Amino acid sequence: MNKILRYGLQAFYYALFMAVVWYFSIKPPYHQLEEDQAVITLSFTHATQLRKACRKLTQEELMKLPPNMRLAMDCSRERSPMTMELYLDDKLLTKAEVEPLGLHRDQGVSIFQSIKVKAGEHTLRAWMNDDVKVKGPTYKFEQAISLKPEQLLLLDFHVSSGGFFTQ
Amino acid sequence: MSFINPIKYAYLAVEAWFNVAFGSEWNPLYNMGRLAFFFFWIVLISGLYLFIFFDTSLSGAYASVEAITYEQKYVGGVMRSLHRYASDAAIITIILHMFREYALGRYNGVRWFSWVTGVPTLWIVITLGITGYWLVWDELGLYVAMLSSQLIDALPLIPGSMARNFVGTQVSDRFFTLMAFLHLLGQPLLLVFALWIHVKRLSFVKVNPPKGLAIGSLVAMLALSLAAPAVSHGPANASQVAAVLNIDWFYLNVYPLMDVFSAGQTWVITLGITFFLMIMPWLPPKKRGPAAEVHLDHCNGCEQCADDCPFDAITVQARTDGAKFEHEVVVNPDLCASCGICVGSCPSSNPFRSKNEELVTGIDMPNRPIDEIRNHMDEAIAKLKGDNKIIILGCENSLDFSKLGADNLQVVSLFCIGMMPATLVEYALAHGADGVFVTGCRTGDCFYRFGNVWMDERFAGKRQPILRRRAERSRIKVFRAAVTDKKQLHKELAEFENHIKTLNKKETAAQPELSNE
Repeated sequence: MNKILRYGLQAFYYALFMAVVWYFSIKPPYHQLEEDQAVITLSFTHATQLRKACRKLTQEELMKLPPNMRLAMDCSRERSPMTMELYLDDKLLTKAEVEPLGLHRDQGVSIFQSIKVKAGEHTLRAWMNDDVKVKGPTYKFEQAISLKPEQLLLLDFHVSSGGFFTQ
Repeated sequence: MSFINPIKYAYLAVEAWFNVAFGSEWNPLYNMGRLAFFFFWIVLISGLYLFIFFDTSLSGAYASVEAITYEQKYVGGVMRSLHRYASDAAIITIILHMFREYALGRYNGVRWFSWVTGVPTLWIVITLGITGYWLVWDELGLYVAMLSSQLIDALPLIPGSMARNFVGTQVSDRFFTLMAFLHLLGQPLLLVFALWIHVKRLSFVKVNPPKGLAIGSLVAMLALSLAAPAVSHGPANASQVAAVLNIDWFYLNVYPLMDVFSAGQTWVITLGITFFLMIMPWLPPKKRGPAAEVHLDHCNGCEQCADDCPFDAITVQARTDGAKFEHEVVVNPDLCASCGICVGSCPSSNPFRSKNEELVTGIDMPNRPIDEIRNHMDEAIAKLKGDNKIIILGCENSLDFSKLGADNLQVVSLFCIGMMPATLVEYALAHGADGVFVTGCRTGDCFYRFGNVWMDERFAGKRQPILRRRAERSRIKVFRAAVTDKKQLHKELAEFENHIKTLNKKETAAQPELSNE
């Protein structure tokens, strides 16, 4: 075959290769959100309440224990699961029931969820129960929020901050 | 017809088009693995350059990448683009390399090891790319960090949430430094180790593509880098989610799956595909022929078979039978591909030996011993009729010779053309054939890696055992073809027949003159 034609064909194949490399390295664009959407991320770690209340040992029970292990209170390590619900303008965004981590379920709960929502003015409400000994919510939250498109609003939780808070 | 055949036929047709443009030596489809290595070299060198200017801190990473891209546009910018595009090109070549091995049926049997070790190697390359995108710490880097963390969180490894590190104001600088360490040192070292394992069971491993192909690929990458420089997205902002991302689909294709599936389901899909790929060599298991057998009483320990074995199945050890020779060879049956190339390597396979008794060679294939091949050759020669008697010697992995039979054409087929002792050609000519037509897999594409290479070298006198000078070269024709090249085969064969006819006529015409003298 003619040398020039061969080199021409080679150039064509190289160009085709370059086009494939270039195209799929950036295209087609991936639409993570619609133009008018924002994200609410629910993320926190929380040591829920102990599943059982501490119990004072009787004298008889204490005497059965070795002297170095005679603690007056018997406290179970296992923590309560967490249940929570999150609402945006009274619409349920997510409902979570999370078991504590750890082999003995003694390490508290961890949650991470991202939810796409419409940007704009909203009311964010949440409740949580972190104690099986209590019926109904142990924490409640309500806040008016204003979400811009592409904004990420973090809904966090910390006991020292009084419960839920946004960032 | 097996399931693989239509794919094989299509792939061979595409390879033929590339042969037209590149020739067999530079054909990129014959060099996909080597091209992947070459692109890794580009990635390594460009990466080392980028590392000089890259700030491995969370606060400085983005600005340093921007400075590399724009403040030294024609050096740093090009290096960055080369780094990205060569990484992408490596993925394409790896996937084509895998596809080729599958399409041509070179992934099972004795080759299972290279296939199985190749699959996790691809994953190492992909994770290397993922941490690379992470390090730019732009909106895409943040997206990669978030989604990767959610994937890791789905595994029962770490209590708590890793993804939590990338929201709000809690992004950890130390975590970022760990990523830099992984990308710059940990993963590249792991990749080198994986590549070493991947080629462990092969001999004569060539990791560099032919010079012309390497230059062409480098020029292509440079041209692309200049024409469409790689750029970043906006800086990472933990309070924002970019609506549109220009993701690199070669590396980040797993993440969009998480729009549809949970992190756990994404793992199941990914690991499921990986598992399926890894068990492919046994779906169904390939029937393997028996391994080569060594006959020590005919082996002088010359080691030629050990030198020629493409699968490193033959080793040399000290003589155990008390013969006067220093060494003997041992075949590892697990590594033996039953290609028979060792038979062609053995000087004792010379068919002129032991003419009136069984021909026993130093190393032989139990399912087609050299004696059987010689007998087959004798029968084929005896069947030849007419004026232009031609013996066709071919390998079973290239073409179907069954329909080539004619009065003046007889076929002797072998497992691989490298199985043919060069002297067998001379034997055919000496025992009545007017010509020998040797065929086998396309040049540069031997099913057993080096069969046609060794044959060429034996014919050229560069590799033992050689085709002796007394074998008349004008009566030998080598034509290589794949199963899709039947037309060319018939054309070449017809031309060869005419050529032999002309030679015979000339000789007949010359004979009376000689007798007159």
